[in-house]
Amino acid sequence: MSAAPLIEIDKVSKSFDGGRSFAVREASVAVRAGAFVAMVGASGSGKTTTLKTINRLIEPDSGEIRIEGMPVAEIEGPVLRRRIGYVFQGIGLFPHLRIGENIGITPQLLGWPTAAIAERTREVLALVGLPEAYLARFPDALSGGERQRVAVARALAARPRIVLMDEPFGQLDPVTRDAIGSAYRALHDQLGLTTIMVTHDVQEAVLLADQIVVMAAGRVAAHDTPRALMASRADPDVSALMAMPRRQAERVRAVLSDAGNGDG
Amino acid sequence: MDERITDAVRVLPYYLSQHVLLSACALVLAVVLGLPLAVLAVRHPRLRWPLLTAAALIQTIPGLALLALFYPLLLGLSALVAPLVGGSLPALGFLPSVLALTLYAVLPILRNAVAGLSGVNADVIEAANAVGMTRRQRLLRIEAPLAAPVAMAGIRTAAVWTIGGATLSTVVGQTSLGNYIFSGLQTENWIFVLFGCAAAAALALVTDQLLGLIEVGATRRNGWRILAGLAGLAVGTAAALMPLLGGPARGYVIGAKNFSEQFILAELIAERLEREGATAQLREGLGSAVIFRALASGDIDVYVDYSGTLWTNVMGRHDVPPREAMLRDLSRWLAEHYHVEVLGALGFENAYVLAMRRERASALGVTTIAELARQAPQLAFGSDLEFLSRPEWSALRGAYALNFRAERSYSPTFMYRALAAGDVDVISAFSSDGRIAAQDLLVLDDPRHAIPAYDALILISPRRSADPVLRRALAPLIGAIPVERMREANLMVDRSTNPVTPGEAARFLAGRLGPKAAGPQPP
Repeated sequence: MSAAPLIEIDKVSKSFDGGRSFAVREASVAVRAGAFVAMVGASGSGKTTTLKTINRLIEPDSGEIRIEGMPVAEIEGPVLRRRIGYVFQGIGLFPHLRIGENIGITPQLLGWPTAAIAERTREVLALVGLPEAYLARFPDALSGGERQRVAVARALAARPRIVLMDEPFGQLDPVTRDAIGSAYRALHDQLGLTTIMVTHDVQEAVLLADQIVVMAAGRVAAHDTPRALMASRADPDVSALMAMPRRQAERVRAVLSDAGNGDG
Repeated sequence: MDERITDAVRVLPYYLSQHVLLSACALVLAVVLGLPLAVLAVRHPRLRWPLLTAAALIQTIPGLALLALFYPLLLGLSALVAPLVGGSLPALGFLPSVLALTLYAVLPILRNAVAGLSGVNADVIEAANAVGMTRRQRLLRIEAPLAAPVAMAGIRTAAVWTIGGATLSTVVGQTSLGNYIFSGLQTENWIFVLFGCAAAAALALVTDQLLGLIEVGATRRNGWRILAGLAGLAVGTAAALMPLLGGPARGYVIGAKNFSEQFILAELIAERLEREGATAQLREGLGSAVIFRALASGDIDVYVDYSGTLWTNVMGRHDVPPREAMLRDLSRWLAEHYHVEVLGALGFENAYVLAMRRERASALGVTTIAELARQAPQLAFGSDLEFLSRPEWSALRGAYALNFRAERSYSPTFMYRALAAGDVDVISAFSSDGRIAAQDLLVLDDPRHAIPAYDALILISPRRSADPVLRRALAPLIGAIPVERMREANLMVDRSTNPVTPGEAARFLAGRLGPKAAGPQPP
């Protein structure tokens, strides 16, 4: 029943020091259309590097990435990137452009008619839950959470099928982070997106993703559903990492029951 | 109103238009050169250090020296390309000025643009790449607008420097507001000096404010301010350049060195040419070496030089033949080697002499240079800016074993001041200088004839040698100016009370062209 994967990362390696050490080593991941995949792992495990090879922000030394069977190396970088949404921790709104211009940038680069850009801009702004009045504002007038919502809107404006996210909510406070995360997950389902999200927060990965790729020292250590990974004992590193959410939940429960006893 | 102010205002449109044209061209060229270099430096970090260092090195050359260096550079270049293009590059005037000022203005533009471009937030760059911009789109839509405020600040700095530095271009024969300053300094016309400084400062201020408007507009993303600034610059430049449209044809170009007598004689020649219905423009304040080569290459058409100067500096001779023999050899040699014609002698000599205050000389018991040499180790010597590097000085020093306690250089006017104030004991004076009589100076005898004769000669450039208008206009000047008359005219300009402009002194001379003096004439 499983159709050909939408994104195939095939034995990708990348070294930033001429081959002495590898940020990513022979990583292979297949992502089917509609999946929400989280990539987790310690700092320096190669998850961000792997993500950026997909839209060619980083060129791999060897291996190949294919989208719908087509090697991305055969598509010009800017052309490829206009088809793929990208949201990252740094947000990177253009400070000299209004919110409307920021959101409409990719459709504009694609040469959409002005009216279509304006309509789509209003549409995605509503999708991320911001009022239309924001269109005329500049980024520095928005809060951090609002800015990241705009960044999501900008990534979605040109109707991409694929969205790549690199620690997208890392800079936000926990409440905002949870709200935007859940809102994005809803959008993912509503729009039929395929999302790959890099995060160091295993709990976030477990709560949002359908599948989790665990990376360690540049290699793919495991790739499965959150439930399966949390149950697995195959790899001690993976199980230690995946045990985190449960351990945290147990500690929170303990704190709650202590507090209850104390009150009683 | 003071007649000097009237004089200053009369030439303002012309000086200002030349100044604005020069500054605007240099600034535009510097922007056109500096901004792409900045992009290159940011994209290729390996080029960054060499580029910024090269620009900074150029900055360390004094502006005046940079202008002066372009003269021989262009002469050499002209000699190289002349066979290829069948013409020669002008080595004086606009071209060297604009090139030197451009190079000077590149540094602040380059440095600020590099700082502006490097200062663009890395996240913004990543976002620009991620939304699918090409490198060019990223530069034009994101990096350039974000770097614009810092880059504009660099352009403002460059503009102020360029407008200030353009005053120095007078020295290489480009008319500018500096003409007020240089001629004013020589003739102690402080109104001219102040007028020139004030005009240049006002021009710099207005330009800076308009560029500032654009800078603020770029920072606050306010299109109206940018437009207003641009419109102000465009209108101002156009208005300043108006006098260039339909101005007089180029006509004859008369050169002058940097002292009053030269200004007066240049004005006199201009007056003679205008009387013949021709137009003439002056290139004043040129150095001795520059002015002869400018004549030989046709950048100027005519000027007055002195036989001894040409003998030692151009011919490189160290012997001192009698006056007539020197004049004969010189005329033949100049015609053979440079096709420069000696039209004739004006009738007076302006020799380098050593002069002292009379009471100081008698106190020391000095009347000749030989006697001076014995006392020299206790005395301070003041010279004009070029005498100490001229062969005459080597000859003099060699002949008398002169060795002063101190040697100082001044512009001629300040040299006389220094002598009067006792800062120096001996000066290198000009024998036709009215101040010798006015300040009661003693001219020391030269018993060993170390310094040659300095007959004032009219020289004509090769391309004007067959020009009948020039010959007809200048014929009345030949042998018609005795030294007393020239001293009188010089003193009118150089005296500290009630001085007149060189133009007025020239009219005084024109009205008193004497019966032919008995001095020697070239064959």
